[in-house]
Amino acid sequence: MSILVVLEPSGDGLKRTSYEAITAAVSCAAGAPVQGIIFDATESQVSSASIYGLSSCMIVHGPEWNQLQSSFIASAVAEAATSIDVTTVIFAANAYGKSIAPRVAVRLSAGLITDCVELQNNAGTLAAVRPVYSGKARVSVHSVTAKTVVTLRPNVFTAKQTVATSLSTSAFTPSIASDVRTASVTGHIINEGTLDVSEADIIVSGGRGLKGPEHFHLVENLAKSLGAAVGASRAVVDAGWRPHREQVGQTGKTVSPTMYVACGISGAVQHLAGMSTSKIIVAVNKDKDAPIFTVADYGIVGDVFEVLPKLATAISTVTGK
Amino acid sequence: MNILVCISQVPDTTTKISVGPDGTTINSTGVKYILNPYDEFAIETGLRMKGQHGGTVTTITIGPETAKEVLRTALAMGSDTAVLVKDPSRSDSFVVASSIAEYAQESKPDLIVFGRQSIDFDSFQIPPMVAEMLGWPDIATVSSLNIDGTDVTAESDVEGGKLQMSASLPCVISAQKGLYDPRYPKLPDIMKAKSKPIEERALSTVSPRTAITAMSLPESKRLNTIVGDSDADINEIVRLLHEQAKVI
Repeated sequence: MSILVVLEPSGDGLKRTSYEAITAAVSCAAGAPVQGIIFDATESQVSSASIYGLSSCMIVHGPEWNQLQSSFIASAVAEAATSIDVTTVIFAANAYGKSIAPRVAVRLSAGLITDCVELQNNAGTLAAVRPVYSGKARVSVHSVTAKTVVTLRPNVFTAKQTVATSLSTSAFTPSIASDVRTASVTGHIINEGTLDVSEADIIVSGGRGLKGPEHFHLVENLAKSLGAAVGASRAVVDAGWRPHREQVGQTGKTVSPTMYVACGISGAVQHLAGMSTSKIIVAVNKDKDAPIFTVADYGIVGDVFEVLPKLATAISTVTGK
Repeated sequence: MNILVCISQVPDTTTKISVGPDGTTINSTGVKYILNPYDEFAIETGLRMKGQHGGTVTTITIGPETAKEVLRTALAMGSDTAVLVKDPSRSDSFVVASSIAEYAQESKPDLIVFGRQSIDFDSFQIPPMVAEMLGWPDIATVSSLNIDGTDVTAESDVEGGKLQMSASLPCVISAQKGLYDPRYPKLPDIMKAKSKPIEERALSTVSPRTAITAMSLPESKRLNTIVGDSDADINEIVRLLHEQAKVI
């Protein structure tokens, strides 16, 4: 199976979701080389991917490519995929992948499967599993066309290092047709000083059990002991206690961290929809019958006002934070 | 400005889901269907843009006969006309996007508005697909919108912040929660909407590009270690997180 992975630079290397996508591609490729494409990145950033099994990477140079101009990037990815004749294109299901993958699928006349949590190579056909109906069911999906475009839910596929391969890079210059119309980025507002729930490895969320915004320091302190981001339930966001960007759940963000700690959150279906694929779930709630305990790996039945400070202290002694 | 708002009818989130006899779709008996929550923001956005710039709002949905219910809601909120693309079975996103793009090629709207996602399949596929089929720009997950002449400026929610985006009409956007609070339709408008005509169209004749081979309910593999709130209990949970789960 010939696979092209669309990568994103970050810091000295790539985004973690890019390493996850490479790992998923390597396991599906059945020995075939996995190729990448990346926009406005350096060879040194790309070279960090060799340890994950990437064989080669096309780099589209130029600062104009660093922005999310989805029509242009989709056109370039489709051109690259056609030029090297791959059957499968893989993206992360983040804002970047969600914007570009559907356009690439249209351009390549490919089947599109988004937000996958499992990928398999079934005798040359890519089969994917994805959650539907707020995670209450899962479907197995495959493409009925020659080509497939998939996006992978972040933090579900664990990036695995392999033996470092020799990674070759080449410059790729796309030819964007003059009639392609795109939206352009004119500015970027960054949420300063806060770790975003959609990018966090650990999330500590608070709900109505905190009884008021003035008690959220209990959640923040526990988050600090874990180096975690702070999340919130819909109830407390609607009540104006916390900003919408922190909301986890159906009308907020879908997250899949290594550990999710729910404090004073009952676990309505809408909340579970946003966090049920977390690797480890911890719940603190005074109601032993709260639905959150049915999805919890570890649960503490108790008052958040008493439990959270003790939990933060006990965790700090382990983490040193 | 002529606006096309695309909406869908979805099972209520609190509905219990079971797998139907075909093994690939849900058992729809007893399922309560509602207007997709994000589409309320899309309808409101369409109505606000009409309020600012004049023109018409047309609402379209793809689904079975019963999906007319959500079109009636859109009509009661103030949509001028409504279109049902008849799809008795659940078609894949390519067929749905093609059906919308074909309608847009005929009706030539200036702006197409979607909700950020539909909560049944949460696929985030249709708005960029429709935009690509039409050769238009699109801006996703819009939390702030301004249209001046043919210039569109918007804020798009992304991980860790917002992108300030610009594009020109005709354009596709998808509405995020918070863009505009949806209005509640008034009772006389709800009554009037019941007798308004709904245009019916056939589904696009393109072939689907994906197939669902199985649907299953997720099995819980959770450890379910639940303890009390004594100091010993809390310390034990921390020990398990450290030694068993190895997450701290």
